[in-house]
Amino acid sequence: MNLKELYQEIILEHGKNPKNLGKTENFNKDAKGNNPLCGDNVHVYLKLNDKKIIEDISFEGSGCAISMASASIMTDLVKGKNLTIAKEIIEDFLGMIKEKEELNTKNLNDDEKTKLMCLSGVKQYPMRVKCATLSWHTLVSAFENKKTEVNTEN
Amino acid sequence: MNISQIKKEFPIFDEKIHNNDLVYLDSANSSQKPIAVIDRINDFYSKQFSNVGRSVHYLSVAATNLYENTRISVQKYINAKDKNEIVFTKGATEALNLVANTLGQKYLQEGDEILITELEHHSNYVPWHFLRKSKNIKINFAEINEDGDVPLENIEKALTPRTKVIAITHLSNVTGAILPIKEITDLAHSKGIIVVIDGCQSAPHLKLDMQDLDCDFYAISCHKMYGPTGLGILYGKKKWLDELPPYQGGGGMIKEVKKDRISYGDLPNKYEAGTMATAQVIAFDQSIKFLENIGIDKIMLHEKELIEYGQELLRKNNSVKLIGNPKNKGGVLSFIVEGIHPHDIATILDEDGIAIRAGHHCCQILHDKLGIAASARASVGIYNTKDDFDKLNNSINNCKKIFNLK
Repeated sequence: MNLKELYQEIILEHGKNPKNLGKTENFNKDAKGNNPLCGDNVHVYLKLNDKKIIEDISFEGSGCAISMASASIMTDLVKGKNLTIAKEIIEDFLGMIKEKEELNTKNLNDDEKTKLMCLSGVKQYPMRVKCATLSWHTLVSAFENKKTEVNTEN
Repeated sequence: MNISQIKKEFPIFDEKIHNNDLVYLDSANSSQKPIAVIDRINDFYSKQFSNVGRSVHYLSVAATNLYENTRISVQKYINAKDKNEIVFTKGATEALNLVANTLGQKYLQEGDEILITELEHHSNYVPWHFLRKSKNIKINFAEINEDGDVPLENIEKALTPRTKVIAITHLSNVTGAILPIKEITDLAHSKGIIVVIDGCQSAPHLKLDMQDLDCDFYAISCHKMYGPTGLGILYGKKKWLDELPPYQGGGGMIKEVKKDRISYGDLPNKYEAGTMATAQVIAFDQSIKFLENIGIDKIMLHEKELIEYGQELLRKNNSVKLIGNPKNKGGVLSFIVEGIHPHDIATILDEDGIAIRAGHHCCQILHDKLGIAASARASVGIYNTKDDFDKLNNSINNCKKIFNLK
């Protein structure tokens, strides 16, 4: 285990000053998620246009550095991407965190990959995986505009 | 009292956590187990095991006697009047559910009110909430003051002519406030109100005397009391346990079963349906012996010194904010560190071998009131020392360093 790997500068920076924090104007899809064990919660808003491109995305919520940084990086990476590609990025991320697969994606450039890789330290901390994945599961739910809250325990 | 000697009775402290000695500051969650309790479970299963109260063979009779011996030890330890006032349950949660459910079945009427406090653990709120749904019972909350305490006058203020039950914690698992149970009970009884106490945090740390407290029900969690998991105790005044209906039906709790009628067994069998946590009950006798051998007065003194030391130390740490400053405080120190979420603190502390809890500690009502989503909590047991708090403080400083805070 390596705390330095978990709490890299970039994670701390995203955790402290998250990108895309707030409520997207004219959003047309949204979903909420929460972790009942710790009280972390997130609300993802997105504007998906006719061409199925994520024109804008943001989130509101509170949580630990890992969950805030993860939501920040996520919104950053999928913004401007089309729905199919965004879904593939989500799969790749969840695979990396949960199945311990190597990050293998053609949908991100090197810079973006580096950002996403910053979160890979979490997989060594099983109790913290839910912190990192909550916003991503909530994004999937937002694509479907689900009204039921994503719950890390179900 | 020699703490290092006592600590040696707990084999867990021989283990290394991420190559560090274990600093266990999570006893409010669950305490560690002394070797006598661990050995007793092993011995019972190895040499004496049988189900209790069912058969006439040698092992069954011996096991039944051991099981009932614990009931008598508990009775004495908490100074209950009658051994049949001690009911074994699967935990304090089940004990509180039993009380809420059976009072709901027989005693409470639609529109009656229950008074709880903003300090309550979910297990002393949710069982009453069921009655909101099923019987249209109203739940009122006695408010905390700015010290995270609930003084008698806040209880008195929240009473109404329809209050039938006061269900309150003896010792808050977040602010550490010790509530004036005896005074609350006097007040309640003068108005014909039943008093139910959640004693989970108090039972391992305070002197218990049911006859002196005079409450109607008292719930205890054995795994927080240096005992096994899967076991709780409900103390209930005999008149209530006699009068209220059974909670669960099954083997062992009946007198006679016919196709057209069933009669229920006498106390304590009436409330102990099915095969009970036999080994745990028998081993819990060793937990009581462990507590008695040290002496509750010495335990209280040691833990008071510890918590005062910890409180002073964390107060001096400039980014730490302690939660609650009650007049009478038990061995619980909850805090937040500005700029670092409690979960991040808990992960970093864990790397140093320090076990604390982070989250809402099953007290969302209280955290909402305090305006925070989560807190970090260090809680003590008999094995803790001042050195543990020094390590805690150093490790908090390490969190600040990692997060680039001053």
